[in-house]
Amino acid sequence: MGRLLKILFFAFIVRPIVVIVLGLNLRGKQNLPQAGPAMIAANHNSHLDTLVLMSLYPLSKIHRVRPVAAADYFLKNRFLSWFAFNCIGIIPINRTGRQRKSELFAGCHQALDQGEILILFPEGSRGNPEELSELKRGIYHIVHDRTDTRVTPVMMHGLGRALPRGEALLVPFNCDVIIGNELPDAETAEQLVNGIKESFLELQKYCITCWQA
Amino acid sequence: MWDIPPHSFYAMLVVLVLLLTATACRLILAHVKAEKDFTELRHRIQSWWWMIGILFVCLVVSHTAAIILFAFISFLALKEFFSIVPTRQADRRVLFWAYMAIPVQYYLVSIGWYGLFIVFIPVYVFLLLPMRMVLIGETKGFIHSAGIIHWAVMLTVFCISHIVYLLMLPVLNLDAGRIGLVIFLLFMTQFNDVCQYIWGKLLGRHKIIPKVSPNKTWEGFLGGVLTITLVSGFLGPYLTPLTFRFSLLAGLLISVSGFIGDVVISSIKRDLEIKDSGSLIPGHGGILDRCDSLIFTSPLFFHFLYYMNY
Repeated sequence: MGRLLKILFFAFIVRPIVVIVLGLNLRGKQNLPQAGPAMIAANHNSHLDTLVLMSLYPLSKIHRVRPVAAADYFLKNRFLSWFAFNCIGIIPINRTGRQRKSELFAGCHQALDQGEILILFPEGSRGNPEELSELKRGIYHIVHDRTDTRVTPVMMHGLGRALPRGEALLVPFNCDVIIGNELPDAETAEQLVNGIKESFLELQKYCITCWQA
Repeated sequence: MWDIPPHSFYAMLVVLVLLLTATACRLILAHVKAEKDFTELRHRIQSWWWMIGILFVCLVVSHTAAIILFAFISFLALKEFFSIVPTRQADRRVLFWAYMAIPVQYYLVSIGWYGLFIVFIPVYVFLLLPMRMVLIGETKGFIHSAGIIHWAVMLTVFCISHIVYLLMLPVLNLDAGRIGLVIFLLFMTQFNDVCQYIWGKLLGRHKIIPKVSPNKTWEGFLGGVLTITLVSGFLGPYLTPLTFRFSLLAGLLISVSGFIGDVVISSIKRDLEIKDSGSLIPGHGGILDRCDSLIFTSPLFFHFLYYMNY
């Protein structure tokens, strides 16, 4: 039932919006991990980021793609949390920092153990439109003791113009989605975070909607 | 068949035969030179099949279908334009209103209200958009932004909508009907691109504007102009109400303005340091890459025809 709802939501609402209202300049689609356990690390400008990334997958796989999302935001009311769990299938994560790490990432590990594909935004929140903010280290704590999970970086540009933080009006824009190569295993959190940041900046060069860079 | 006027019907058949020939050539080429990669060429020709298929179906089905198709093309082109040029975050709502010009403009086409069709964007949209910008109140970059937004709407909505207004003109050439005009304009514009390219490849020596487009040569340009003028002279009386002499002139106009449209869009891309304006059409790039010449030829051909015959 939950799976059917996701398929309907993506087939009749997300896909048409992504294809007609937005329109993607997609590069490196062959780099997109097709089977889990895998981790996608993307930059974050808009709520659309998650939907666009998930829509790159065939409908039959959508329920295997799980965005990691802030519990304080998505579980703040009953409607939003129903939607987040049933239409998107988020893995909630607590941003308050009061929990132990093992508890904090338990949901992520469980999903990876089941061979699912995680989407994570290391910037933590959406920030200013089309600006890269500091990357958080949580991602390292998820992957560092897993030998089976690699990180694939994805750079997106333009979605922060289509639907920035705090706006409800969606304005049509083409968006770049550039998928990079899997990153090698990292020794330290800093190494991983720097690796992701470097590949973000490298991938940004292929964006055609990006003139400030 | 489906009430297609005979001349237009044959013209469509010729286009399909040309496409079949192109596909056959590609298959032979791929067979003879098996070691070379023809993926790009394959994508290009496949995209032509799609584009021409969709266009012909819409033209045959009804005027409304054709108007909706071109409204959608305008939307895609405008979206692509706004995506590649610098727009201010503050202007999001202004851009939203700029998009709203599309349904209004094409509605005016569909009811054939020529007087308003011709002034709606150059007068009303031109004055209303900066008014909306003032309400937002961000003055930094105001001039730049107003210029970009208005230019975008003129190029992608106003110019392209002239193609379908051809369908609203009274029929003067009964054998070609209304769609004859559209087929003539689109075919001559695209054929011009091809001719200039081929002449340039064959004879190209002297660069015409090396800073904008290093592959464009005087030989290619003049060869294209000559070919298109002549072809147009013979094709014009068949598909349009124009006589042989005025068809020659129409060909000259399409050929020269098609070249200018092409290099204007090239200059925009060069300014932004990008190669393609998008990736919507495999093998061609974005929709602006495909419609570049058409943006200039459509209004110029339309007004030439309108002045001569209506």
